Amino acid sequence: MSSQPSLVHARGLTKRYANGFTAVDGVDFDVRPGKAFGFLGPNGAGKTSTMRMIACSSPVTEGTLSVIGMDPRTQAREIKAKLGVVPQIDNLDTELSVRENLEMYARYFDIPREVASKRTDELLEFVQLDERAKDRVEPLSGGMKRRLTIARALINDPDLVILDEPTTGLDPQARHLLWERLYQLKRRGATLIITTHYMDEAEQLCDHLVVMDKAKIVAEGSPRQLIDDHATREVLELRFTDATRAALNGKLDGLADRIEELPDRHLLYTDNGEHTLEQVNQRQIPIESALVRRASMEDVFLRLTGRSLVE
Amino acid sequence: MTTLAASGHVWQRNWLVYKRLWYRSLAFGFLQPVLFLTAMGIGIGALLSTDDLTAFGGVPYIDWLGPGLLSAMAMQTATFESTYPIMNKIMWGRNYEAMLSTPLGVRSIVIGELAWMAFRIGSLAAIFLMVLTAFGITRSPLAILAVPVAMLIGTSFAACLVAFTATQKNDVGFSAIFRFVVNPLFLFSGTFFPLTQLPDALQAIAWATPLFHGVQLVRGLVLSDLNLAAAPLHLAYLLVMLGVGVVLADRNLRRRMAG
Amino acid sequence: MTTLSQPASNGALATAWARVWRSRRLVERNIMVYRHQWIIILSGVFEPIFYLVGIGLGLGAIISEVPLANGQVVPYAAFVAPALVATAAMNGAVFETIFNVFFKLNYAKTYDGVLATPMGITEIALGELLWALMRATLYAVAMFVIMFFMGLILSPLGVLMIPAALLVAAAFAAAGLAGTSFLRTVNDFDVPMGLIVMPMFLFSGTFFPIEVLPSWLVSVIQLTPLYHGISLIRGLSTGIVGFEQLLSLFYLVAFFAICLWIAMRQIERRLIK
Ligand SMILES: Nc1ncnc2c1ncn2[C@@H]1O[C@H](COP(=O)(O)OP(=O)(O)O)[C@@H](O)[C@H]1O
Ligand SMILES: [Mg+2]
Repeated sequence: MSSQPSLVHARGLTKRYANGFTAVDGVDFDVRPGKAFGFLGPNGAGKTSTMRMIACSSPVTEGTLSVIGMDPRTQAREIKAKLGVVPQIDNLDTELSVRENLEMYARYFDIPREVASKRTDELLEFVQLDERAKDRVEPLSGGMKRRLTIARALINDPDLVILDEPTTGLDPQARHLLWERLYQLKRRGATLIITTHYMDEAEQLCDHLVVMDKAKIVAEGSPRQLIDDHATREVLELRFTDATRAALNGKLDGLADRIEELPDRHLLYTDNGEHTLEQVNQRQIPIESALVRRASMEDVFLRLTGRSLVE
Repeated sequence: MTTLAASGHVWQRNWLVYKRLWYRSLAFGFLQPVLFLTAMGIGIGALLSTDDLTAFGGVPYIDWLGPGLLSAMAMQTATFESTYPIMNKIMWGRNYEAMLSTPLGVRSIVIGELAWMAFRIGSLAAIFLMVLTAFGITRSPLAILAVPVAMLIGTSFAACLVAFTATQKNDVGFSAIFRFVVNPLFLFSGTFFPLTQLPDALQAIAWATPLFHGVQLVRGLVLSDLNLAAAPLHLAYLLVMLGVGVVLADRNLRRRMAG
Repeated sequence: MTTLSQPASNGALATAWARVWRSRRLVERNIMVYRHQWIIILSGVFEPIFYLVGIGLGLGAIISEVPLANGQVVPYAAFVAPALVATAAMNGAVFETIFNVFFKLNYAKTYDGVLATPMGITEIALGELLWALMRATLYAVAMFVIMFFMGLILSPLGVLMIPAALLVAAAFAAAGLAGTSFLRTVNDFDVPMGLIVMPMFLFSGTFFPIEVLPSWLVSVIQLTPLYHGISLIRGLSTGIVGFEQLLSLFYLVAFFAICLWIAMRQIERRLIK
């Protein structure tokens, strides 16, 4: 495992903006070839800043960063030639049509016209936009724009694809289509770096996850590993009426490994949810509703950052 | 809600936006005539002999030019205000869509916008007139009537151009309007030189264009030598243009917002 | 991509050249955009022509003759026309670099997408410059042709008006690029257009010899780029060239270099965070 060369190698990577704000504070990570690497973290954690440094569009303030064996400080153009980038906010060329967006982008990579044209056809079909090829970009729906941005990121047949919140704001259909496309990409051997707000996405797509909070990495591992390390097997979700809730003081103590109090419900982390529910009933605490479920990345997330992910 | 009251809201909305930058708009409204009069009036004036000036009715070139520029300013301001900003409210910013989901109707929008432009152009014309007076160009207190005439010139153009803008899918057509309509009118409506210098055919065309009539009125009022026989004709031309423009603007904007 | 992977031993010069050469991609992009909007570019050709006919001939019918600095007298139209070549070059360059680049920089975020590719800041700045230069050249050449057929070019040196117009265009394109990066909202356009471009258009000796103005104002005008652009081009068209034209040439070259330097720095500052 560790003998494999890493495609992105970061040690003590730091980003400090002109206003003095440190958005990324000495993080270490390695992205292995052919894997999908995910960054999780609440808004403002520093995910985008990290991604932008990898994509050579934001200068590294301190630390080491190597991307595909090259140094972004001196070889930005060479690195960018091998990257595909899907930024958090679409920056498609609004003055060009769908098709022209891809063809023109290919030209920036010095891809010959005929090759560009052929690849454009393939990619438009890949993201199911072939019927909109002649349309302007502006009237496309959010999901279509996102798909076009993804197609654009693939125009140079990149070794590494960087996707910053590729599915935020999409409807479920569009999300699933994108997942499928990303999955295909991975199967073809591309390396992916993804940030996301969606736990299910992280669990499904990523081989390796990093959780960031307040500019630092707070946990790292495969999705399963993270759940094992930072959550219990099951979670009991309890809802109470406001009156019960107000009079609760300490009545739940000792019932679970850990209790998380959210605005609308309580989460009890335990290895056996049914058993814990019985104990709650024994203590004669009136419950409005109860739900036992397996622990997920969402719980890991809450545990690690003390916050709900989607704000 | 009456149409008039409703168009008052449209006016007011523009005022809220303008309020933040009014001083800037007025400062440039002051600067432009000063620069033009100094450069063209004095510079070109120096190239003209007393003999040459007979072509300008015997008045100094700067006096002859000043009122022409005032009229042209009314046209140019109207053109700018009724292209990009209106397009923005139709398409890019979708303000009209939001307005129409309230009790406001298309007619109130058209009237409100035109009233707004009349106000803007009126304020700029007043400043322009003050500059003309400072340069010693105005001949009588009646020159104050040049302000409402400038407002009429402006709204006549604005109404027709709102009608045009309402039919456009993007802003490409605007540069054609600026280059092929506004610019030639600016240069060939008796603003910089008397039309008598033009070949007869061109003179006839110039006579048929709106800015020429506006220039004649404003110049007559400012220099106090209004041709009272021709004045009603000039006035009627602009009023008809305004009327036709309003009807077309209302119709086109209605169609646009419906489909 | 061969240009990219050239060994470092090829030196800084090769790298620099690769960047300059790659900047043509941005020109390609702009051509792609204007394929649907050619009327915007083409209509600009008519602006100086209208001015030439309107002012040069219209007023020229009354003014008839203008004395030049050396005392020689030329027809008014022959006086105005070369100045309009310079202003056409200026307008073409400035419209493209101020309005369009502002839009791409602040609203369309076009360059953010471009920067994710092997294109860098140098390529973007030079690409826009090159494109503005092409547009301005079209206008200047059109005016040149009209002048030729109207018999307004008084000297064989007149052929040099075209390279001179290119220099004027380059100077203003660089200045526009530098200036636009300081603007924050569309309302700010008033400042470069109303306070710089329009006054220069009026006062740089376009329509009358500036000597009639107060001497302090003349001194101020002589510090501005359009004055030198007009002085150079009018000198070539009338065949009256001397030390003053040489000075204008140097002024424009220096102005270009300084503005380009500022533009690169500013664009980098705006795009790289
Ligand atoms: N250009 C910038 N200048 C100053 N601060 C910035 C800049 N860009 C981002 N930040 C700040 O850096 C922090 C991290 O932002 P970002 O990397 O976008 O986080 P994430 O993608 O995880 O939401 C935020 O607090 C943000 O406000
Ligand atoms: Mg982000």
